[in-house]
Amino acid sequence: MTKKVLKEFKVEYLQILNEEGNCDEALMPKLSNEDIKKIYEMLVLIRVFDQKAFNMQRQGRLGTYIQFKGQEASQVGSAFALKDDDFVFPMYRNSGLLIARKHPIIQVLQYWAGDERGLRSPQNVNNFPIAIPVGTHTIHAAGAAWAAKLRGIKQVSVVYFGEGATSKGDFHEAMNFAGVFNLPIIFICENNQYAISVPRKKQTHAETIAQKAIAYGFEGIQVDGMDIFAVYKATSEAVEKARSGKGPTFIECFTYRMCDHSTSDDASRYRPKEEMEAWAKKDPIERLEKYMRKKGLLDDAYKGKVLKQLQDTVEKAVTEFEKMPMPDPKDIFKYVFAEMTPQQAEEMHEIFG
Amino acid sequence: MTVATIVQAVTMGLRQELTRDKSVVVLGEDVGLNGGVFRATEGLQKEFGPDRVIDTPLAELGIIGSSIGMAVNGMKPVAEIQFSGFAYAAFDQLLSHAGRIRMRSRGRYSCPMVLRTPYGGGIRALELHCESGEAIFAHVPGIKMVIPSNPYDTKGLLAAAIRDPDPVIFYEPMRIYRAVKQDIPENDYIVPIGKANVLQEGDDVTLVVWGAMVKTCQDVIEKLNNKYSVELIDLRTINPYDAETVINSVKKTGRCVIAHEAIRTCGFAAELIAAINEKALLSLEAPVVRVTSPDVPFPMARLENYYLPDVNRILKGIDKVMSF
Repeated sequence: MTKKVLKEFKVEYLQILNEEGNCDEALMPKLSNEDIKKIYEMLVLIRVFDQKAFNMQRQGRLGTYIQFKGQEASQVGSAFALKDDDFVFPMYRNSGLLIARKHPIIQVLQYWAGDERGLRSPQNVNNFPIAIPVGTHTIHAAGAAWAAKLRGIKQVSVVYFGEGATSKGDFHEAMNFAGVFNLPIIFICENNQYAISVPRKKQTHAETIAQKAIAYGFEGIQVDGMDIFAVYKATSEAVEKARSGKGPTFIECFTYRMCDHSTSDDASRYRPKEEMEAWAKKDPIERLEKYMRKKGLLDDAYKGKVLKQLQDTVEKAVTEFEKMPMPDPKDIFKYVFAEMTPQQAEEMHEIFG
Repeated sequence: MTVATIVQAVTMGLRQELTRDKSVVVLGEDVGLNGGVFRATEGLQKEFGPDRVIDTPLAELGIIGSSIGMAVNGMKPVAEIQFSGFAYAAFDQLLSHAGRIRMRSRGRYSCPMVLRTPYGGGIRALELHCESGEAIFAHVPGIKMVIPSNPYDTKGLLAAAIRDPDPVIFYEPMRIYRAVKQDIPENDYIVPIGKANVLQEGDDVTLVVWGAMVKTCQDVIEKLNNKYSVELIDLRTINPYDAETVINSVKKTGRCVIAHEAIRTCGFAAELIAAINEKALLSLEAPVVRVTSPDVPFPMARLENYYLPDVNRILKGIDKVMSF
């Protein structure tokens, strides 16, 4: 009879830029000053957008809107590590990701105004329509990665979801397929600590979300999701690994939703004020500003100029969006099948003559 | 020409499409080395290799969901679900995703996948191995639903399904997998999706059926021994169904019986009757009769013969519509 340890596992955590804006230079990914400024401007752009979209919902100019404040670094940091034709599978809290992935702002606004035209990915970018059901798109990303592998193209699939999605069976099957077929896929879990009102601890008894990858035979890492450099570095390494045929990676971005679940939610019902205040101190944008100031990459003039410019960009997009013609009502029939069925043709005639 | 059963016609169709189009892959549980539990993929992995004919983990949602992702990204996956009752585990994937991708992406992405699965009862199988869920899937917009009834149509419809630019569920009549043999061409041909087949012309009554029930109805006609002149229509496609062929026939005969293995309430016969009422009501000499399974879960082997419509029940249905 034998009793022995068959295998031991570890779960790594990565933080490069701390709350004070101090950076561990040894861990710092290779980014030029221009790159850092580009990243900073994208973070500011999507935050300005997020606030604007929220305001527009309150004014009745958009339908239900899903905010993402607090999660800018996990969305921009990962997007910055990807190529346009990599295949991204976003979820509903990923408007910022879409903008960082060249999805025109007017289209993002269109979507939240209830117009499917907003979901159509720009031609040279692969942004799959956002998933509204939780976690069901993880397996699509596995399938798309599988197709890339079978077609012999160097494309990576990246799927975004929250920690709540990891409770679903779809997620399990996606992780399992990814492992079994050694697929070029990156699972990015934006662990924002709450699935609407249900806290992280009630989703899983596991100590980290990252460790879930271990059971499927591939690497999982937890990163400070409010640290743009950590997210970028972990994603870049995962992309490199996937492109060179070395299979999937799971990245848990440990972050916080600094807003309600949606424009119909009131997070003060379930989240203590002290907790929200503590997380506010970790803000991903302020943190990067502190770093850039120390590095001489940002001063008040630059900060003010960037903010003004990006506010103008968003306002211009809003004006353009509001001038766009309504979709053609016949579109509801046009895109179901490549060719309309006789039944649909009859129904269309009944409604529109 | 070669003599083939329905299950052999499936294999021939898959082989033809795997040869014809490099983006076609076959995937599912046991489809590789084992050739599928019904041997529908027999020999294909050996011929095309493990990257084209793929054994997957035991996960229906994973098979269908990953097929969706593959289809979106340039492949043409043909997924096998071992028994149609197991596909319900992935119903959300079909309803919430497969059928909506073209619409939601405004044509940027599409989902050209096929889900093949044996359906239906009458083989004394285990629970949930006998389901007829065609009406459930027909209620999902954006998904086509095809059911062949003979080897010729099986090969031709399967080729059409694989070449279709949208998702198609391909229901294979398990009970008659090996019961019907037919000379079928070895070369490439298509049976178009959406077209019914008038198997026998007649003047007295229209009998509309699909899948395994076609053979039962051919037995019915034999037993009738020319008592009535029956027009037998094999619907072949549930969605989009061929209303025109059914309506034209009912206008001619004035009487109609529809038989299916699925349960009655919200079964596909109900949809056909609605279409007949809308377009041929004044031609009707009698209310349309439905011969279906009752609104109960599929019973186990000892009682399944009481559940499934058989020759006698269909004969009774024809008598009822004729004597009205």
